Amino acid sequence: MRTVNAFVGQPVERLEDFRFVRGRGQYVDDLARNDMLHAAILRSSVAHGRIRNIEVSGARKIPGVHAVVTAADLGTPVPLVPMRLQPMPEFKAFGQPVMARDKVRYVGEALAMVLANSAAIAEDALSAIEVDIEPLPAISNWQASATNETLLFENKGSNVTMVFRAVRGDASAAFKDAPYTRRERFSTQRHTALPMEPRGLLAEWDAARGRMIVSGAAKVLFANRRILAKQLDLAEDAIDMIEYDVGGSFGARGEFYPEDFLIPFAARLVGRPVKWTEDRREHLMTMNHAREAACDVGIACTRDGIILGLRGHAFVDMGAYMRTNGAVGARNIAQFMSGAYRVPNIDLDVSLLLSNKTPVGTYRGPGRFETDFFRERLFDMVARDLGIDRVAFRRRNLVAADEMPYAVAAIAPFPSKDELDSGDYQATLSRCLAEFGWAEKTKLQGGCIDDRYHGLAACCFIEGGAAGPKESARLVLETDGTLTVYMGSSGVGQGLETAFAQIAADAMDMPMGRINNVFHGSTTYVSDGYGSYHSRSIVMGGSAVLDAATKLKAAMCAEAARRLNCGAAEVSLADGRATAPDGKSVLWAELAPQPLSVEGAFSNHKHTWAYGAHAAHVAVDVKTGAVELIDYVAVENCGRMINPLTLKGQLVGAVVQGLGGAFLEHLAYDENGQLLTGSLADYLIPTASDFPRIRGYVMESHPSPINPLGAKGAGEGGIIPVGGVIANAIADALSSFGVEPRDLPLSPARIWQLIRDARNSRD
Amino acid sequence: MPVTFEVNGKPVSVEVEPRLTLADCLRHHLRLTGTHVGCEHGICGSCTVLVDGAAVRSCLILAVQAEDTKVVTVEGLSRDEGLTPLQASFRKHHALQCGFCTPGMITTAHALLSEEPDCDADRVREVLSGNLCRCTGYIPIIEAVLEARAAYKRGGNGA
Repeated sequence: MRTVNAFVGQPVERLEDFRFVRGRGQYVDDLARNDMLHAAILRSSVAHGRIRNIEVSGARKIPGVHAVVTAADLGTPVPLVPMRLQPMPEFKAFGQPVMARDKVRYVGEALAMVLANSAAIAEDALSAIEVDIEPLPAISNWQASATNETLLFENKGSNVTMVFRAVRGDASAAFKDAPYTRRERFSTQRHTALPMEPRGLLAEWDAARGRMIVSGAAKVLFANRRILAKQLDLAEDAIDMIEYDVGGSFGARGEFYPEDFLIPFAARLVGRPVKWTEDRREHLMTMNHAREAACDVGIACTRDGIILGLRGHAFVDMGAYMRTNGAVGARNIAQFMSGAYRVPNIDLDVSLLLSNKTPVGTYRGPGRFETDFFRERLFDMVARDLGIDRVAFRRRNLVAADEMPYAVAAIAPFPSKDELDSGDYQATLSRCLAEFGWAEKTKLQGGCIDDRYHGLAACCFIEGGAAGPKESARLVLETDGTLTVYMGSSGVGQGLETAFAQIAADAMDMPMGRINNVFHGSTTYVSDGYGSYHSRSIVMGGSAVLDAATKLKAAMCAEAARRLNCGAAEVSLADGRATAPDGKSVLWAELAPQPLSVEGAFSNHKHTWAYGAHAAHVAVDVKTGAVELIDYVAVENCGRMINPLTLKGQLVGAVVQGLGGAFLEHLAYDENGQLLTGSLADYLIPTASDFPRIRGYVMESHPSPINPLGAKGAGEGGIIPVGGVIANAIADALSSFGVEPRDLPLSPARIWQLIRDARNSRD
Repeated sequence: MPVTFEVNGKPVSVEVEPRLTLADCLRHHLRLTGTHVGCEHGICGSCTVLVDGAAVRSCLILAVQAEDTKVVTVEGLSRDEGLTPLQASFRKHHALQCGFCTPGMITTAHALLSEEPDCDADRVREVLSGNLCRCTGYIPIIEAVLEARAAYKRGGNGA
């Protein structure tokens, strides 16, 4: 008897790894062309100012320099980078010009570009460019921005680009009659995704054919092609975007940045291939920043801990411009304030404020990391006030399995509504507490052992995924009977080649070894694609593979029926053969005298909601403020699992990124808008010795009802609750001091200061 | 100026500017692009290669300093189409996602295990704490290196 294929759900070792572990991956900076020029970009050292003059004649004279480009060479007006997500008309005037012309608005903004025979000569030439900028007062925080005393865009009259509002029920009525309310202020700090591979691009212009090839694109190639085609006044199909291997995105890599215009523009200008690779300093001052938000939030409850309402106002520092996905984090702060919990009344404003800092975009779990910190911190304070166990408080308020689908707050001014799709939030919390050993560890809470104070915390979270509207996949039955898979989404290091091969092999009921390759990350493979963001590739792309497989099998059956003189519905396709009811058969290879190609798609406007719980045990040295993470458990239910090996890898990796945001990472600016953390010696991310004990568990008991795979987006959940869990564990450890962390990151210096302040206020 | 050294067992002679780093020489002059450059200031460890057996950040030394040395890059660790036990262990434990830091992790771990095949988990963490990874959270990398110790105890160089 034949066994049914079941690669989906198995911990299949990754296909990608064969090239990566031997140094055979191909990243964009690995590419070279014989006659290529190298670009280097001069960046503003002034945070806010009027450009008086940029003198480039000295740079042009340097041997090996071919061209120096300033905004004056880019036409009038200088092209703006449009928004990809939430492209509301109100944001349009705040878009970033691809190069500064009249004003600079942050340190790192592009002023000029040199094209030269080598990267070294191009960088030498940057220092020969003379820049004269009249400095203006710089806005270095949202509070200064809110006064509107200094304006980034004088003609707009305000630094506030938008106010989002989350509304559900009647919050003011709920607060008016509430037996208990509490109001708190919290903040999260500016940090960034920091993929290990710096950005790079190689653009090649074929003047004779009027075609542009851009290598090094990533994440959202088709969207970026639409933007570039408009800017260069080319037809979309005159541009090919090619991804290659990508050293991480986490939301930031692959969005359309000013350089995504400048490098192709340069290639067309000089008629030669142009390559650009940023250095780490440029990366830290130009890649999207994220996470800088403050919140003034109130909660209303019954005395037995039933939440009646949440209301307040959050303030998000957007940096100097509205970038492609700059509004997502702010929108999510509004939407996710209620998280996994039943909150009948919500009224939350979120103001988007400009500052003279690098513009923001998404970073894994955008808005959710921030708002989970606000909410979960608040919950622990409330539980303590009410004398209710912190876990019991959460259990009383979690959305129940039988309430699904559960509508979450609408976000004005957007028309769309969202609802949690499925799940048993109590069950993941129970699993988390069991794996963690919560019952045994509770006796440690607040205790002092060997001069260190121990604390615990547990929090619940939800993770949205599967953004629509659509994804495409193409399957090709090759002439030798093997299969090739082409995807409209893109891979940025998650292991999609393996996961899509698993899905395709099961859908076609064939061995994975008969799948030649999974191609992704090119505008040449499918008619349209949407890319890799909002934890969408597996759900949307995987469902598109299922659709393509259905169509390919139909085409194969039709061809087999013709050859075998039977009905198409009677053909079976098992074991590499197409077999008729009478036993006659042909090989799959015979069905494809020419490669047999079909395209499939999946369209969806609903979101998946993975969910889970995290728990942490910390020990705090009150003399130094240093925190040791003794144990950390993360549990996530992602609906149907495709590959538990890569899923768990994403979960644990995301937790450690979140620990970076909780403890270490901070893009600090001074009052003049100067970035103080321009190297990896200043901007600290977790290392191998920082957090040695992280335990991740994945569950799949509640498949998503909104896609045929039953999968839920799962790339971001691991990071979402980390800040809240860590801060709550530290508060628990230091409860005898009355320390309540309200701001991230929880560096040793900050914790030491909190302890000192708490002691002083008691004296 | 000319510089002559050995890369992955083969002698090479390159004409370089004195300011060229060994990393850029390997990547752009010798087209050995497995060595990755992540920061150019010696923090991330992605560019780690072996110079006379020692793990060295190739962004922090100049190509001319490699004169008369034996350099091994990630491409030189596996001589055929197969994976070394260390590379196979990375795959088995899912010790890589985007793959960008992986060459530096593997060269660093190879140097460690060649010298100290009996090292414990704390020692592995300590040595690898000089190599940044943004994807894995390091847990599976440590597991992969620990499991690969057996091959180095048996075979001396893990090959």
